[in-house]
Amino acid sequence: MKVGVLALQGAFAAHIEMLESLGAAAFEVRGAEDLAEADRLVIPGGESTTMSMMIERTGLRAALEGHLARGLPVLGTCAGAILLARAVQHGRGDQLHLGALDIDVARNAFGRQRESFEVDLEVAGLHEPFHAVFIRAPRITRVGESVEVLAALDGSPSLVRSGSVMASTFHPELSGDTRIHELFCSVAPGASGQGDPTGPTPEAGPT
Amino acid sequence: MPESSPQPETGTQLVKRGLAEMLAGGVIMDVVDPEQARIAEDAGAVAVMALERVPADIRADGGVARMSDPAMIEGIQEAVTIPVMAKARIGHFVEAQVLEALGVDYVDESEVLTPADDTHHIDKWAFTVPFVCGATNLGEALRRISEGACMIRSKGEAGTGNVVEAVRHLRSITGDIRRIGQADGAELFEWAKKLQAPLPLVREIAETGKLPVPLFCAGGLATPADAALAMQLGAEAVFVGSGIFKSADPSPRAKAIVEATTHFRDADILAKVSRGLGAPMTGIGMDDLDQSFAERGW
Repeated sequence: MKVGVLALQGAFAAHIEMLESLGAAAFEVRGAEDLAEADRLVIPGGESTTMSMMIERTGLRAALEGHLARGLPVLGTCAGAILLARAVQHGRGDQLHLGALDIDVARNAFGRQRESFEVDLEVAGLHEPFHAVFIRAPRITRVGESVEVLAALDGSPSLVRSGSVMASTFHPELSGDTRIHELFCSVAPGASGQGDPTGPTPEAGPT
Repeated sequence: MPESSPQPETGTQLVKRGLAEMLAGGVIMDVVDPEQARIAEDAGAVAVMALERVPADIRADGGVARMSDPAMIEGIQEAVTIPVMAKARIGHFVEAQVLEALGVDYVDESEVLTPADDTHHIDKWAFTVPFVCGATNLGEALRRISEGACMIRSKGEAGTGNVVEAVRHLRSITGDIRRIGQADGAELFEWAKKLQAPLPLVREIAETGKLPVPLFCAGGLATPADAALAMQLGAEAVFVGSGIFKSADPSPRAKAIVEATTHFRDADILAKVSRGLGAPMTGIGMDDLDQSFAERGW
């Protein structure tokens, strides 16, 4: 399986390392020709404003939108979740949001770096809690009907999926636990944001 | 599995180093007011360093350079949505306490400011806010990490617009990391002694082939090609200080340096973004330097 990781800026190296540990052929995506090689795509954490500008300046936007519309499985973490959202609060006015996932996201919703934290999260479909790292994290403030909430923290969704698109407000690449990446690698390609998940069904909804 | 923590924990190493990971592949720009901060954010900076004078002006003005006025830092925090860093003097843990209280996202214990302690650096484990420190070689980097630094930047020579020292320091750090990777178990003791660094950190480098925290590059970068040079030499991100706002036309230069940092291996893109940027900062040759900032720190 060839998994591209958007490498315009951010924690792409940690994702590549984790995907390789799962036996995937992971590689950096810096242009449209790289993207064409990918069976699935990770949009990492980083600064969403910087990534947004680099997507536009690199001319990657049209290619990304095309692949998303054709059902390329995508995992967006933190800034990646912001880029996949339908609407962004507390962002820059010109900030790109691809609308691949029917969610609204507020940037830096937990405060500054001193408020960043790690915590154990119950995740639907996982038997043991997942140790999640939240860094200047965003908060998902609205989820559409097609969106399944796989984990939530204090009532706000922190891991969601709709069809072949997954997003987390935390960093599954940082805590050495590969289960979120395994879940993502098992998601089947499909139509983006249309509901009707074709991947494995979680055994229970979040509490 | 990491340790279970039912309650959220702040200020952990994972959280502190994590923010450094998020800045990888990006450019951190020195700014002295909200207007410059907005120019930096508009250009695609991943963070800004709020300081009263850029290093080139600190050199020109002389005197004692200290932490910035909190009001000035707050003005910059209000102007942008990206992380804001600020500098404390080496060993001045009270300046660091003030910066933490202000909610800055990273504290730079920086040789660009006049040191407050000629023997000790700040005990960085005592803080929730993460620290970045400069280093000219691997031993210095590991001593700072043992004190709790969560990001290392090669020092270079700030405020000179001359990349030669940045290259020297980066090569010294990455070269020794490669050499330690070749060392056998007995030689690692000698490396720890030679570097004046803790043995467990030397062993960690031997196992992983990299620094335990992200390695960024700073000090004298002035052009898109300088940024790409640092990245090709193994830096994970770059700090640009005087190089942007001491140039003839800061905004296009800032944008070009951001693009060069992302596409650091693509010479066609580097050629494209390097065109028509106007005059870079004049710069200083090392033989004409009155004071080396890089020699500060122990």
